[in-house]
Amino acid sequence: MKVHEYQAKEILQRYKVAVPKGRVAFTADEAKAIANELGGTVVVKSQIHAGGRGKGTFSDGFKGGVKLAKNADEASELAAKMLGNVLVTHQTGPLGKQVQKVYVTECSSIAKEYYLGIVLDRAKQMNVIMSSTEGGVEIEKVAAETPEKILKTWVDPLVGIQPYHAREVAFGLGFTGDAFKECVKLVTALYQAHEDTDSTLTEINPLIITEDGHVVALDAKMAFDDNALFRHPDILEMRDLTEEDPLEVEASKFDLNYIKLDGSIGCMVNGAGLAMATMDVIKLEGGEPANFLDVGGGATTERVKNAFRILLSDKNVKAVLINIFGGIVRCDVIAEGVIAAAKEIGVSLPVVVRLQGTNVDKGKALLKESGLEFAVADNLKQAAQMAVASVK
Amino acid sequence: MSILVNKDTRVVVQGITGKEGSFHAKQSLEYGTKVVAGVTPGKGGSTWEEKVPVFNTVADAVKAEGANAALIFVPPPFSADAILEAADAGVAVIVCITEGIPARDEARVKAALRTTGAHLIGPNCPGIITPGECKMGIMPAYIHKPGRVGVISRSGTLTYEAVWQLTECGLGESTCIGIGGDPVPGTSHLDAIQLFNADPATEGVVLIGEIGGTSEEEAAAYIQAEMKKPVVAFIAGQTAPPGRRMGHAGAIIAGGKGTAAEKMKALTEAGVTVVKSPTELGAAMMERLKG
Repeated sequence: MKVHEYQAKEILQRYKVAVPKGRVAFTADEAKAIANELGGTVVVKSQIHAGGRGKGTFSDGFKGGVKLAKNADEASELAAKMLGNVLVTHQTGPLGKQVQKVYVTECSSIAKEYYLGIVLDRAKQMNVIMSSTEGGVEIEKVAAETPEKILKTWVDPLVGIQPYHAREVAFGLGFTGDAFKECVKLVTALYQAHEDTDSTLTEINPLIITEDGHVVALDAKMAFDDNALFRHPDILEMRDLTEEDPLEVEASKFDLNYIKLDGSIGCMVNGAGLAMATMDVIKLEGGEPANFLDVGGGATTERVKNAFRILLSDKNVKAVLINIFGGIVRCDVIAEGVIAAAKEIGVSLPVVVRLQGTNVDKGKALLKESGLEFAVADNLKQAAQMAVASVK
Repeated sequence: MSILVNKDTRVVVQGITGKEGSFHAKQSLEYGTKVVAGVTPGKGGSTWEEKVPVFNTVADAVKAEGANAALIFVPPPFSADAILEAADAGVAVIVCITEGIPARDEARVKAALRTTGAHLIGPNCPGIITPGECKMGIMPAYIHKPGRVGVISRSGTLTYEAVWQLTECGLGESTCIGIGGDPVPGTSHLDAIQLFNADPATEGVVLIGEIGGTSEEEAAAYIQAEMKKPVVAFIAGQTAPPGRRMGHAGAIIAGGKGTAAEKMKALTEAGVTVVKSPTELGAAMMERLKG
């Protein structure tokens, strides 16, 4: 689960990570009030779940999702231009994202920018702190072009962060004196925040040293382990549904794993691996999948019905491919769900069904006797070919 | 022969009185697996289904019934505890089916197991089966047939797809191991392929991977250097968009890394037959075992 910058900073502040003063505003008036409180030059930052905001462009041509304002009136004007406007960055895709709130912060005088990030290193199966003197640019770019400029510090999950880890980072970034001490403190606090909140990515880009010598997290990005949200109700409350695809939100209510894609063949599959493989086979046969949808191991008639409904509400879908390998899920239960859904919603699109595994004959018989027009395939390859042919 | 589990494996089911645990313990028993004990804290002293003694702790089950393998069906918040309890009791093979365990818990458990010698399979996996001998997991039994090919997979139903083809074409399976779809699996592709390489009953290996992480690449390096048997592979997620979690917690292309293309390239270069569609796995293995 992703959160906004202002929410990530809210969490980090609890751990005493130094961040610029600021607050979130939902209206231009609120932005003005906050700017007045802060005094002097402020920064107005669009809050969307995507990076590259500073270099982004709004759909009306207004450039820059992060802007400096010399005074409160300017902050108000900028907020008015951003709020409700759609910001397109290299991470949002061409449709962009609507800005619903802006973060108004004090303006820091930057002496130098750095990068600091914590993520799980899956190969080593422990967290790695990545730090670099190349801040303010995309870390993927640094990793690709100058990997020697990224310092990696691994932390054993059983012992957690130790002072030497933090010192290694601070030395690596070239800090000295009081700034060194501030950096050690910040790295330790950041790691603790990452660990305590089950964060999957904690990224400070840029980390800065100000002209008066303080080490500050200028930007912050955090994403959390969905599997761990049960023990973080406070973080779950930060979920912003307007940032997510409405169909995906709807699907999540029924414990369905649904991801919308751009193709025309809607898929309903049991199991994540088989669902991905089904998309691959559709593509291999010359079609484009409209979605990823895993109905899961405990699919009931009700769940299949909802899955079908969500699939069909994507207007790009021209045909549906249902691929079930029954194990725990019985094919007859899937067939009942599909029939019930088709009868209730009324389906005018071609539906190709491929059933295999537990109770397959019973499932196929039910489809046949339903009086509805399902195309029944014997294997995955044939099913994909039939679905692709039906949309051509 | 087989890997990790066989007809002598003595299984304790943790969470045997729960809905899932009970259902699958029954299926395992019917398959002929030696389910010798169950564990549900607080229900020790009772008998499950008038067949299997239930204990309060795994240690008690090991002591009384000689259990040497644990099959875990407990909810995500309690899974790490269940795995560690089994390891502490000296259980050699631990299979955790549970989906939805926090990655932080998995990383800690994995680190803690380093000193125990216990072999963890999963979490978030279908389990392990040596056809005709021992079924520890949720896979449909009837699709399997004792035979010559080892199967390693990060996915559940996609594994069934591969197994079904091996059974249909008459090759059968030596052992099928579902390593699970989480970011910190107890057993990696590499661990499993090493075991199959050393198993005399396994003549070839089907390796099923998916986007995310570098587990397949690590296996590829080993295959190139050490593998004596033909390997056929499929990587799911060739069409998956970057940055999106495809169902499994570990199935995500992050920072441009973990793509299907990279994995397919590494495996092909290691001499593995990489098929573009999972429907070709059985035929490709037939071909490799002929030559």
